[in-house]
Amino acid sequence: MAQWILTLLTFIPVLGAVVILLLPGKSVNAIRRVALAATGFCLLLAVWLFQDFDRSVPDMQYEVRLPWIESFNIQYYMGIDGLSVSMVLLTALLGFLCVPASWNIQRGAKGYFALFLLLETGMQGVFVSLDFFLFYVFWEVMLLPMYFLIGIWGGPRKEYAAIKFFLYTLAGSVLLLLAMLAFYFNVTDPDTGKHTFNMLVMMDQANHSEWLRAGVIFGYSAPLMIWIAMFIGFAIKVPLFPFHTWLPDAHVEAPTAISVILAGVLLKMGTYGILRFNYPMLPDVTRDFSYFLAVIGVINIIYGALVAMAQSDLKKLVAYSSISHMGFVMLGMSSFTPHGINGAVFQMFNHGTITAMLFLLVGVIYDRAHHRYIVYPNDYEDPDLRGKLGFGGLWSQMPVYGSLTMVAYFAALGLPGLSGFISEALCFLGAFQVHRTMTILGTLGVLLGAAYMLWAFQRLFMGPFNERWKDLPEMNGREIFSLAPLAVIVIVLGVYPAPVLDLLAQSLGELVKDLNGPVVSALQQ
Amino acid sequence: MAEAIGNAIAVNLDGLQYIWPEIIVTFAIIGIVIVDLVLTGKKKAVLTALSLLALVLCLSSIAGLYDEAPRSLFMGMIALDGFALFFKLLIVVTTIVVTLFGLQSRDVGADRIGEFYALFLSVALGGFLMAGATNLLMMYLALELVSLPSYVLAGYQKQVRRSNEAALKYVVYGGVSSGIMLYGFSLIYGLTGTLDIYGIAARLETTSPYELTLFLGATLAMAGFGYKVASVPFHFWCPDVYEGAPTPVTAFFSVAPKAVGFAMLARFFYVGLSAYDGASGAGVALGVAWPQLLALISAFTMTLGNLTAIWQRNLKRLLAYSSIAHAGYMMMGVVMLSSSGLKAVMFYAGAYLFMNLGAFLVVLLLAEKIGSEDIEDYRGLGWRSPWIALAMSAFLFSLTGLPPTAGFVGKVYLFAAVVDGGLYWLAVAGALNSAVSLYYYARVVRAMYLEKPLSDTPVLISPFATGTLAVLFVGTLLFGVYWAPLADLAETSTAIFLNGSDAVQAMVR
Repeated sequence: MAQWILTLLTFIPVLGAVVILLLPGKSVNAIRRVALAATGFCLLLAVWLFQDFDRSVPDMQYEVRLPWIESFNIQYYMGIDGLSVSMVLLTALLGFLCVPASWNIQRGAKGYFALFLLLETGMQGVFVSLDFFLFYVFWEVMLLPMYFLIGIWGGPRKEYAAIKFFLYTLAGSVLLLLAMLAFYFNVTDPDTGKHTFNMLVMMDQANHSEWLRAGVIFGYSAPLMIWIAMFIGFAIKVPLFPFHTWLPDAHVEAPTAISVILAGVLLKMGTYGILRFNYPMLPDVTRDFSYFLAVIGVINIIYGALVAMAQSDLKKLVAYSSISHMGFVMLGMSSFTPHGINGAVFQMFNHGTITAMLFLLVGVIYDRAHHRYIVYPNDYEDPDLRGKLGFGGLWSQMPVYGSLTMVAYFAALGLPGLSGFISEALCFLGAFQVHRTMTILGTLGVLLGAAYMLWAFQRLFMGPFNERWKDLPEMNGREIFSLAPLAVIVIVLGVYPAPVLDLLAQSLGELVKDLNGPVVSALQQ
Repeated sequence: MAEAIGNAIAVNLDGLQYIWPEIIVTFAIIGIVIVDLVLTGKKKAVLTALSLLALVLCLSSIAGLYDEAPRSLFMGMIALDGFALFFKLLIVVTTIVVTLFGLQSRDVGADRIGEFYALFLSVALGGFLMAGATNLLMMYLALELVSLPSYVLAGYQKQVRRSNEAALKYVVYGGVSSGIMLYGFSLIYGLTGTLDIYGIAARLETTSPYELTLFLGATLAMAGFGYKVASVPFHFWCPDVYEGAPTPVTAFFSVAPKAVGFAMLARFFYVGLSAYDGASGAGVALGVAWPQLLALISAFTMTLGNLTAIWQRNLKRLLAYSSIAHAGYMMMGVVMLSSSGLKAVMFYAGAYLFMNLGAFLVVLLLAEKIGSEDIEDYRGLGWRSPWIALAMSAFLFSLTGLPPTAGFVGKVYLFAAVVDGGLYWLAVAGALNSAVSLYYYARVVRAMYLEKPLSDTPVLISPFATGTLAVLFVGTLLFGVYWAPLADLAETSTAIFLNGSDAVQAMVR
C-alpha cells in the first residue's frame, strides 16, 4: 500500500475524470458528486501522508520506481520529502474545497469537472515526481486543462487571458526542457553507469560531468546558462518581475475556483521548482545569485503591493497581492538560512490557504452583486456610478461574510496570531542575517500590505450602508463549507505552526546543505 | 566481356528477391489500370480492395526484409538496409491511410478512382526507390518518379481552378529545382569522377577537390532535396499546392514525400559527404561544411514556417506552413551527423505521420460537411461534435509538442540529439519556435472550444471515418505515453548501409 499511495494520489483524479466522461452531460449532480468523491479521497490520502510521514529523516519516502522507457532511461519514479508533503496537502485541500466552490458551474459541467480533475492530477504529479522527465510531463500536462478552464469558463477577456497564460508558461518550459536534456547528458548514475533523469542522482555533484562544472555555452559558463534557463522557466510560473504580466489577466478572468488553484497551487510550483532543481542541483551558481534573488523578491513585494493599492477591481487587488506575497517567499529563499528557507516554504503553504480564501470571498460577492468593484472605475458604463464606491457598509448586511473576510484580510496583511505572520516573520528573520538592506526594504511591503488590505476592507464593509445591496443574501452553507476549513487552518497555524514546520525542517536542510556553508557564516559575522 | 555481362545479369537477377515491395506495387499499378479499363459498374470497391491488398502485401514483405543483412543491389544503385525499410514502411502506412481518406472525399470522384490509386502507388514506388537510392543518377530518377505523378495528383480536379493552379506551380518549381539539383550532381561528378555516393566519399577522403566547386555542387544538390522536404528557400510552392490540391493528396504530400526527401537527403550527406572515425563512430563532414549550412537552413525554415503560419486563415494553408516548420525541426536531427540525430529524425517522421494525417483527416471530413476550410468556420465545433474536436486538439497539441503526445516525444528526441551534439543555439531556436507555434495551433483550438458555435447541429461522420480518425488519435496519444516500440524500430533501422566499411558498425552502434 505504502508503495502505491503516491500513484493513487496522482491518478485517482484522472479516474474520476474518466467516470465523469462516461456519465451523461445532463446529470450535473452525479458529475459534481464524482468530482467531490475523487478530490475527497485525495484529501484523505494527503492527510494520511501528513500524519504518517516520518519527520525525523530527510530522506524521500513512499518511493515507487519502475522502468518506463528503457532506451532513454526514463523511470516512473515518485517519492516525497517534507517539502513535497506540504505542497501535496495544500493541493489536495484546495482541490477538494474548489469542488463546492464550482457548484454553480452549469454550462458544460461535465467538461469543467473532468478538466478540473485532470488539472489536479498534473499538480499532484509535479510535486511527487523524482524523475525529471516525469516531472516535465506533469508540468506540461497541467497547462492544457488550465487553458480550457480559463478560456471556456472565464470572464469577458477569457480568450486573451488563456492564451497569454499558455504562451508565457510554454516559453518558460521549453527552456526547462533544454536544461533537462543538458542535465541528462551530463549526469551519470553511479549504480548503472548510464545517463539518467533521476533527480536525486542529479542533486549529487559527484555525478556531474566535467562539462557541467566548467563547460561553456555561448561564451558563458555552462552551469550558469543552465541555471538561468531553469530559473526563467520557474520564474514565469511564480511569477517574478518582469515575467508577471500574465498573472493579473489569468487570475482575474478565470472562474473563482480556478483563480484559487492558480494562486494557491500553480504559483507554488515555480518556487518549488527553484527549490527542487536550481538549489540542490547547481548550488554554486545559486550561491552567486543569492543577492539577485533577494532583489527580485523585494521588487516583487514592493511592486505588487503598490499596484494592488491602485486597483479598483477587488479581484485584481487580490491578484497583485499574490505577486507581493510571492516576493516574501523569494526573499526568504534567497538567504539559504534555516529560518529563511523554512519561512519561505511555510509562506508558500500559508499564501496558498490565505489567497484561496481571498479569491473565494471575491467569488461570493461577485455571484451576488455581479460586479466586484471597490470603487467604480472612471470608464464604467453607467456615468452616474463612476468614481462611486462599489459597496460600503456590507458588514451589517452580511455579518458572516464580513467576519470571514476580516480573518482573511488580517491573515494576508500579516497580523500576529494568524499563519501569515509567522511565515513572513521567519522570512525576514532569515533574510536579515544575510541581506540587511533588502530585508529592510522588504518590510515596507508589510506596511503597504496592511494599507491596501485595510483600505479595501474599509471601503467594502464599513461606512454608510449602500441601499442598492439591501437584498444581498448572506453566505450559504456551501460557501461557508469551502471557506471555514481554511479559516480554521489559518488560525491554528498562526498559534501553533509546529505541525508544518516540523515537516519541513529536515527535508529543507537536506536541499540547502550545499548552500548554507561558508557564505552564510561569512556574512553573519 | 561476355562473362562480365553474364555476371551483371546474375547480380541484377539476384537483386530482384530483395525488392518485393517495389515489385508488388508495380504489378498493382498495372493491375489497377487494367481493371479500371475492363471493369464497369462496381469499380470503386474492387479497385480499393486491390490497392489495399497490394499495400498490405508490401507491409508483410517489408517486415520480412528486415531480417536480411544490409546489402547493395543492382550494382550499387540502391541499398537494402533498415534505414530504407523504415521509410518504406512509413510510405506504405501513409498510402494506406490516404487510400482510406480517398473513400471519404468528394474531391476524388468515384469514376476516376482508378487513376487516383494508380498515381498514388506510382508515388509510393518512387518513394521506395528514393529511400534506398545510393547513386546520384538513381536519386534523380527516383525523385522524378515521385514528382511526375505528384503534379498530376495536385491537378486531379480538372474543373477546379485552384487545383490547376496548384499543379502548374508544382510543375514549374519542381522542374526548376530538379534541374538545379542535376547541375549540382554534375559538378560533383566532375570533381570525383563517380556517381556512386560511396565512391564520392572514398574519393573525397583521399583527395581534396576544389572546395568552392564542391560547395556549389552540394548546395545546388540541396535545391532538389529542399524542394521535396519544403525547406527554405525552396518552399514557395508548398502553401499554394497544399491549398489547391484535393485534401487527401495534400495530406499525402505533407507526409510521404517529405519523409523520403529526408531519407534521401540524409543518405546523400551522411554517406556521400561524411567520413567516420572508426573507433568512436563520430562523423565528420567531408569537403563541405554542410552541417553548418543545414543548421542555418533548419533555423530559417522553422522560423519562417511558424511566423507565416500565424497569419493564415485557411486551415490547409496553416497546415502547409506548419509542415514547412516541421521540415525545419526534422532538419535539426540531420544536422547533427550522429546516429542519435538520425534516429530522432526517423522517430519524428513516424510521429508526424500520425498527427499530421490526423489533422488533415479532420480538415477533409469537415470540408465535406460544412463546406469550408476556414478557421472561422470551426467556431464552436467542440460543442457541436466533441469527439472530432477532441481528436483535432490532440493532433494540434501534438504538432505543438506538448505531452502526452507523440509530437512531444519526437521533439524531445530531436532536442536531445542537438543538445548532445552541443549545438545550443539551434536547440534554443527550435525550443522558442515550438513556443511560437502554440499560438497558431491554439487559434484553431480556441475557435473550436472558446467561441460560440455557428449552429447546434452535430457534424456527423461515417463509422468508417470515425474508425480511421480513432486509429490516428490513439496512435498520437499512445506513442506519447509508451513510445518504446517506435523508438526501438527507429533504433534498429538506423543502419545506413555503407558498403561493408567499418563505418557500418560505427553507425549501427
